Amino acid sequence: MTTASSADQPTRRDFLFVATGAAAAVGTVATLWPFIDQMNPDASTIAAGAPIEVDLTPIAEGQDIKVFWRGKPIYIMNRTKKQIEEARSVPVASLKDPATDESRIKSGHDQWLVVIGICTHLGCIPIAHEGNYDGFFCPCHGSQYDSSGRIRQGPAPANLAVPPYQFVSDTKIQIG
Amino acid sequence: MSGPSDYQPSHPALKWIERRLPIMGFIHSSFVAYPTPRNLNYWWTFGAILSFMLAAQIVTGVILAMHYTPEATMAFRSVELIVRDVNYGWLLRNMHAAGASMFFFAVYVHMFRGLYYGSYKEPREVLWILGVIIYLLMMATGFMGYVLPWGQMSFWGATVITNLFSAIPYVGDSIVTLLWGGYSVGNPTLNRFFSLHYLLPFLIAGVVVLHVWALHVAGQGNPAGVEPKTEKDTVPFTPYATIKDLFGVSVFLLLFSWFIFYMPNYLGDADNYIPANPGVTPAHIVPEWYYLPFYAILRSIPNKLAGVIAMFSAILVLVFLPWLDTAKTRSCKYRPLAKQFFWIFVIVCILLGYLGSQPPEGIYVIAGRVLTVCYFAYFLILMPLLSRIEKPRPLPNSIADDVLAKTGSKVTPMVSTVIALMVAGGLFAGSVQSARAEDETPPSQKWSFAGPFGKYDRAALQRGLKVYKEVCSNCHALSYIAFRNLGDPGGPGYSEAQVKAFAAEYKIKDGPNDQGDMFERPGRPADYFPSPFPNEQAARAANGGAAPPDLSLIAKARSYERGFPWFIFDFFTQFQEQGPNYIVGILTGFEDTPPAGVTIPEGSYYNKYFPGHAIKMPKPLSDGQVTFDDGSPATVQQYAHDVATFLMWAAEPHMEERKQLGMQVFVFLVIFCGLMYFTKKKVWADAH
Ligand code: FES
Repeated sequence: MTTASSADQPTRRDFLFVATGAAAAVGTVATLWPFIDQMNPDASTIAAGAPIEVDLTPIAEGQDIKVFWRGKPIYIMNRTKKQIEEARSVPVASLKDPATDESRIKSGHDQWLVVIGICTHLGCIPIAHEGNYDGFFCPCHGSQYDSSGRIRQGPAPANLAVPPYQFVSDTKIQIG
Repeated sequence: MSGPSDYQPSHPALKWIERRLPIMGFIHSSFVAYPTPRNLNYWWTFGAILSFMLAAQIVTGVILAMHYTPEATMAFRSVELIVRDVNYGWLLRNMHAAGASMFFFAVYVHMFRGLYYGSYKEPREVLWILGVIIYLLMMATGFMGYVLPWGQMSFWGATVITNLFSAIPYVGDSIVTLLWGGYSVGNPTLNRFFSLHYLLPFLIAGVVVLHVWALHVAGQGNPAGVEPKTEKDTVPFTPYATIKDLFGVSVFLLLFSWFIFYMPNYLGDADNYIPANPGVTPAHIVPEWYYLPFYAILRSIPNKLAGVIAMFSAILVLVFLPWLDTAKTRSCKYRPLAKQFFWIFVIVCILLGYLGSQPPEGIYVIAGRVLTVCYFAYFLILMPLLSRIEKPRPLPNSIADDVLAKTGSKVTPMVSTVIALMVAGGLFAGSVQSARAEDETPPSQKWSFAGPFGKYDRAALQRGLKVYKEVCSNCHALSYIAFRNLGDPGGPGYSEAQVKAFAAEYKIKDGPNDQGDMFERPGRPADYFPSPFPNEQAARAANGGAAPPDLSLIAKARSYERGFPWFIFDFFTQFQEQGPNYIVGILTGFEDTPPAGVTIPEGSYYNKYFPGHAIKMPKPLSDGQVTFDDGSPATVQQYAHDVATFLMWAAEPHMEERKQLGMQVFVFLVIFCGLMYFTKKKVWADAH
């Protein structure tokens, strides 16, 4: 800005410059928003992320299936008695990310484990029924999860996440 | 002119950088201390406006490319999904599409300004030629961008323009095949056009850098056409030119926003809302408005090769301008004859543009030829001649003198000449227009969604949906609309539960399941309206050879000529409702007995407003066919009005949002322009 000023009304002049500058700043910021927001998921992606229903009848004891919800693999595991017992017998305090098995399942449906199959380390997909804990083994960097999907060994910091879901009937769940 | 800078940063860190890379000194000398003639008028702000537009096009273009699919079967749909589903996608697309037009508008002003003030003369020849190169690159970029939405005009525009090269003797056909990457315009063509459309803007940016460099070497021209001699003739670029340019840009934004928010389809062609169809050419192939004068020149020459040569020469002749016009006086301000002819030339270009948009028949062809001759005569005969015979008025001694001598009175005769010429041109165009026998156009209806505050009538949307569901959907698809859209804000206003229930009434084909079979399930909100026929062939076979068009975009894909001068008024009244008017026209325009002298082929029906009058669709609606729950009259007129409202929403689901945001933007821009105006005045007060 020029230093020569119309000395009679310096305040009015400054006010004008500040007002114009402020309006320009507000306008620029408001204009930026659409350019950023367009990167968020679009309406069709959001609509496609609606809840899905999964029929559990085909999954026999000791088996699991993988379904996709919002592009994420979801493991649904029908656990054996042994698996449940193992998950419950371990002292919670000794875990890296302490959580009881009961808090990770829906009560009354104790044999069903529903977890998002994404390793909490760096996002690989762990393999079910592998590793030392009758749960999941991540081949990328060797994280091991137990039969409740809790982290037991390896670099992953947290348990496998439980997606939002509920039982609509004894043999059907709704994920999302 | 931007010599070594005396800029010295004070901060030690900046000093450290400056010694190694004197970038701040460079910026300072080029855009801060740079001396700019003090008598520049607002025509000179178009340079800044163009820089702004280039940046805006690149930014919006890069963003659109994040969502666009350059594949022949998906391109059209992906553009629609951008507009419908991407957050603010409609805004970004309108910005980019209208932005192209604004870019060309600004470049034409910039070019005419150069022509008027002799900006191409020694020592600015290279600067001018770089400008012509930028313009050529812009044309190529604009053309390829127009192909990307892959509508009918995209496809046939691409076909026609690439075929220009087939006029080249011996190698023409091979060149065209090379351009296409096939034996006709197709997916390979679309792919390479996308790639080049992304590349060329950066080339333009590169040439713009050269253009500005050349400008800073030769110095800016100015309205007086005398070079700055003393300090008194110039002011520093910042703040004087900067603030003036910014004011110019903000006023330009008003015009830009008018198109973005209120007239997004004004400059486009309705046919481009029909997906590309290699088997059917639209009745009138018209390029975008900014190519029209050259298109008119192309068409007025009856020989293929000569026409193509004439068209390209019309642009290339600009390169030779510095040597065609050898007059010593730069500015037309001091060249009374050149000034008159300049304005006549402007009119010639506008009229050529108008002719380019009209069908090449009758008087249009003759007028086109006359104007083509005028166009070339201006450059090739008049300019050299005037340079020799014209006696210019005396120039001011210096720019400072010019500023002091400036009075308003001199402007008046020029303005009156322009107005007189415009009126003459208008009358000419008007008489040409009325020479054509006009088909009857559908009468204009009253629409709740018209105008700057327009909103859809929710009840009409719901009734229209009912008409579509019970009648139209038997033959017509609505494949761009998902059930969830019925609950979107600005739509029919269904609740989430209503949408779910509505969707569940439909059977949707899904699969394959674990056994590999396709199966049917009830619809979900995310599903799209199912089509009545499995494919186009089935639709054709069931409907006497004419496939019923998809109705998702019909309200934007159908239009009619408004003609001169209506299309000019439409710009100000924001008239955009040709589509719904046409739909009502068709639905109410059936007549059992065609008027005397009109024969309708077997299997077709007479319709007053259908182009050619013979429509394959039998009269779809009759009184009492659909009952409305809200007690609205069960008449064809009511059905037509409601279904047209519904289809307008289907074609433009974000219209309410667009107009509301537009109003906010306008309030802001008007205030901002006012602030800028006073700021500019205050800053310049020091310079006078
Ligand atoms: S991603 Fe699973 S262990 Fe690293």
